[in-house]
Amino acid sequence: MKLDPKIPPGPLETKWDRRRFSEKLVSPNNKRKITVIVVGTGLAGASAASTLGQLGYQVECFCFQDSPRRAHSIAAQGGINAAKNYQDDGDSVGRLFYDTIKGGDFRSREANVYRLAQVSTQIIDQCVALGIPFAREYGGQLANRSFGGVQVSRTFYCRGQTGQQLLLGAYSALCWQIDRGQVIMRPRTEMLDLVVVDGRARGIVVRDLVTGRLSVHTAHAVVLATGGYSNVYYLSTNASGSNVTATYRAWKQGAAFANPCFTQIHPTAIPPGDACQAKLTLMSESLRNDGRLWVPKMARDHRSSEDIPEAERDYFLERRYPRFGNLAPRDLASRAVKAVCDEGRGVGPGGHGVYLDFADVIAQQGFDVVHERYGNLFDMYQRITGEDAYRVPMRIYPAPHYTMGGLWVDYNLMSTIPGLFVIGEANFADHGANRLGASSLMQGLADGYFILPYTISHYLATVELSLIRDDHKESRAALQRVTSRISRLLNSKRCRTAASFHREVGKLLWNHCGMSRNEEGLKSALTSIPLLREEFWRNVMVPGSGEAFNQELEYAGRVADYLEFAELLCHDALHREESCGAHFREEYQRDEGEPQRDDGRFAHVAAWEYREGESPILHKEPLAFEFVQPTTRSYQ
Amino acid sequence: MRFTLNIWRQNGQAEKGRFVTYEAHDVNSGMSFLEMLDSVNQGLIAKGEEPVAFEQDCHEGICGSCSLVINGIPHGPDRGITSCQLYMRRFSDGAVITIEPWRARAFPIIKDLVVDRRALDRIMHAGGYISVHTGGAVDGNVLLISKDQAETAMDAASCIGCGACVAACKNASAMLFVAAKVSHLALLPQGKPERTRRVKTMLEAMDGEGFGSCGNQNECEAVCPKRISVRFIARLNREYLRAGVVESSLPAEPESPHAEST
Repeated sequence: MKLDPKIPPGPLETKWDRRRFSEKLVSPNNKRKITVIVVGTGLAGASAASTLGQLGYQVECFCFQDSPRRAHSIAAQGGINAAKNYQDDGDSVGRLFYDTIKGGDFRSREANVYRLAQVSTQIIDQCVALGIPFAREYGGQLANRSFGGVQVSRTFYCRGQTGQQLLLGAYSALCWQIDRGQVIMRPRTEMLDLVVVDGRARGIVVRDLVTGRLSVHTAHAVVLATGGYSNVYYLSTNASGSNVTATYRAWKQGAAFANPCFTQIHPTAIPPGDACQAKLTLMSESLRNDGRLWVPKMARDHRSSEDIPEAERDYFLERRYPRFGNLAPRDLASRAVKAVCDEGRGVGPGGHGVYLDFADVIAQQGFDVVHERYGNLFDMYQRITGEDAYRVPMRIYPAPHYTMGGLWVDYNLMSTIPGLFVIGEANFADHGANRLGASSLMQGLADGYFILPYTISHYLATVELSLIRDDHKESRAALQRVTSRISRLLNSKRCRTAASFHREVGKLLWNHCGMSRNEEGLKSALTSIPLLREEFWRNVMVPGSGEAFNQELEYAGRVADYLEFAELLCHDALHREESCGAHFREEYQRDEGEPQRDDGRFAHVAAWEYREGESPILHKEPLAFEFVQPTTRSYQ
Repeated sequence: MRFTLNIWRQNGQAEKGRFVTYEAHDVNSGMSFLEMLDSVNQGLIAKGEEPVAFEQDCHEGICGSCSLVINGIPHGPDRGITSCQLYMRRFSDGAVITIEPWRARAFPIIKDLVVDRRALDRIMHAGGYISVHTGGAVDGNVLLISKDQAETAMDAASCIGCGACVAACKNASAMLFVAAKVSHLALLPQGKPERTRRVKTMLEAMDGEGFGSCGNQNECEAVCPKRISVRFIARLNREYLRAGVVESSLPAEPESPHAEST
C-alpha cells in the first residue's frame, strides 16, 4: 500500500486554485452517463449528493434513517466557523488556518486545512442563499459569537440548532435534485459491504431495512459520508444509530484507516446516570462563553453549591489557562475536568461532574440575555436532570463526541481504493489530533459543496470504466460475504443480547482507551477484546429473521463491527507513544500533566491496512510543515 | 418504579394489529421513556421474543425519529418535547401506559410503532427548497434581514418533521408541517422568487398524499415538540390566497424580491 497525499506543490495560498485549474472536467453530455453512489445524508453527504446532481451526474443516495433529514448532523448545536472577519477583530483565512492546525496539535495536513479555511467563507454565502435563518444583528447583518479555543468571533449560528438548520438547508437542496430526477434517494437502506472490481470501488451491497432484502448497486464511483464512530464507546453524544459499519467494511476491502485513536471527548455533556442510559446528552460548548467551570477547593465537599463561598471555589480552567479561561480547547478542558474529579473534587452522584455556573452572567447581563442565548439548552437540561440551571449551576462531565480519525484520504478526498471517496467526519481529514468547536459543520459542508464535486470529476474524467453488472463475480462475492455474516448472527447460541456486548466493549474502551491511556491498559484491552468477540459470535441472541424489518439484527451487525474496530483503535493508541491533542498517553507528559508531543517520532498520519487474521499493518504518511512551525501548543 | 404497558403490535400493513400488555419492572425515575422501552425489549430478547419495534436516534429532540402516541397524545403528556425527552419521573409508580404508533392514512405502518413517513419528504420534494446552485452565491451580508424577520423565520424553520401534528389531527392533516416550511422560506428574501409556485405545489403534494384538510382545531400546535404556532397556518393560507391572485393577474410579471410588499 502506497500513501500518496497528492498535495499540489508551491505556495499554500494558491494550491487549491492551481489544483482546480489543472483538473480535467467531464463534458456535460458524459455526466449523464455517469452514476455516483453517495452513502449517508448528513451535512457532507447531502451537500455532495445535491451538488453532484446539480452538476448533471446520476446520483444514487442512501441512508439508514427513514428520511435524509434525520442524519446526526442535525444535532450539532453551537455553530459554524468562517473567516469572514465581519467583526473586524483580526480574523483572516490565515488565522483560521493557524487556529485549526494548532487546535489539531500539528497532526493535520497544512494544505488541507488551508483549503478548508479558504472555502469557509463561501459556505456561509451558500447557506444564506439556501435560506438558512442565521442569527442577525438589529441592523440586519449576520451575527457572530466566539467558540472554544480561539480569540476571535467567527462562529455563525442559528440559536442552539445550527446543525439542524444547515442540514435542513442541504436536505432542501437534495430535495430539489430528487424532484429534478438527478438524485434517487433510498432511505431505510444500510450499506453492508463495498464492491471492488479491478482495484476500483464500483458499488455497494445494501440491505433494505424494511423488507430485509439484500441488493447490489453499482456505479462509477462511491462516496462515503457515513460519519464517526464514537458509539464504539457505547455511551457517547452520538445518535443511537450512528455506527462504524460502512467505513469499517470499506477498510476490510482495502481502504486504509487513519489515526483511529484520535477520538474527541467533549467536556460539556450531562453526567452519566444509571446503567440503562442510552446516550450522553451534550450541552453545547457555546455555554462555555458565559458559564464558569468550578469545583470545591476541598475534596469530598458535600455542601450544596450555594453553600460554598467564593473563596472556597476553584475556577480550575481560569486558573490553569488564564488567557483562554473557560474557552480552553476541548481536549484540555476535558482532561482538566477529569483531573479535578480524580482528586475527589467532583460534584453530583459518584463525583462525576463539575459545575458550569451562570450566576455571574445572569447578574451582569440579565436573565433575558441568557434566556435568549441558551434558552433551549437550559430547558433541555431541566428536562433531563429536573434542575433549573438559572438558579443552580449545571453539572457537566466529559463524553465521547467526535472522531477525528477515519478513512485515509488524499488531498482529493480519495481513499487508498481508487474510486472510493470519503467526506465529512468519516474521513480523517482536517482536524488532526483534536477538533476545535464549530469546525465539523464547516468541514462537512466544505467537503460536500466545494471540494468533492471538483476532485471526483477529475477522477471520473481520467478513468475508463466499463459497465459493471449487479451479477458481476465481485458483486456476487460481496453479496455472499453479507449473506453469510447475517446468517451467522441469526444462528448463534443465543443467550446474551447485543446491547450487553456493546456495553461491555464500550466500558473496556472508556477505561483503557478513553480520556487517558497507557501501555498496560491498552495491552490488556487488546487481550480482552478478541475474547469478548468470540463470545459474541458464540452467544449473541438475535430474534426474528433476516428477510423482515428487524432492528435487533441491524444493531447486532453494528456491534459485531465495533468488536473488531475496538482492536484497531487500541493498536493505534498503543503505537502512538506521545501525547497529542485528544490522545493522552500517561507515560508522555510534562510537569503539571501537560501533554508531551514527540514531533521527531510521530509527526505522521498513522494509516492502517487490513490483513485477514493478522494484526493490521501500519503505514506512515509524514507530515511536513512548510508554512507553520509546530510549537508547543500552549493555551496558558 | 413499575408500569403496565399496553403496546400496539402489528406486523406490517397487511396484518391486523392488537394491543399486548407488558410489565416494566425496576424502572428508574431518571430513565427516559425510550430507555424504559429499551429495557423492556432487552427482557423480551433474552426470552427469545421479538422486541417491540420503535424509532429512536438522537435522544435530544431534534432528529424527529421518535414517534409514539402515549396515552392518546403524540409525544406524551408534556408540551414542547419529543417522546425521547419524556422522563419516567413524569409518571406515577404503577401507572398503566398505552403506547400506539402515529395513525394516519398517509403513514402506513411498517411494524409495531414504526410508520412510513416518506409522504412528508415527498411534500418537500415538491417545492420545499430554494433553487440555488452551489457556488457563486453573493456575500451573506449583502442581504440584510431584520432580526425580527430572521427570528420569525427561525421559529418556523425549527420544525423537525416528526409528524406529531398529523397524528394529533382528527383529519390527519399536514397543514402545520407545510405551513412551517412555506412560512420559513416566504419570510426570507431568498425564498421570495419561488413563493407563488412553492405554496401551490407543496399543498397539491399534501393533498395527493392523502393528508386531510385543516379543521382549525389547533391540536397540531398543542403537540408540536417545537411549539410551532398555528399562526403559520394562517400565513400559509394567506400565501395560498396571494398565489391565486398573482397567478390570475395576467400577464404574469416576473417576481423579484424588490417587487414584494409585505
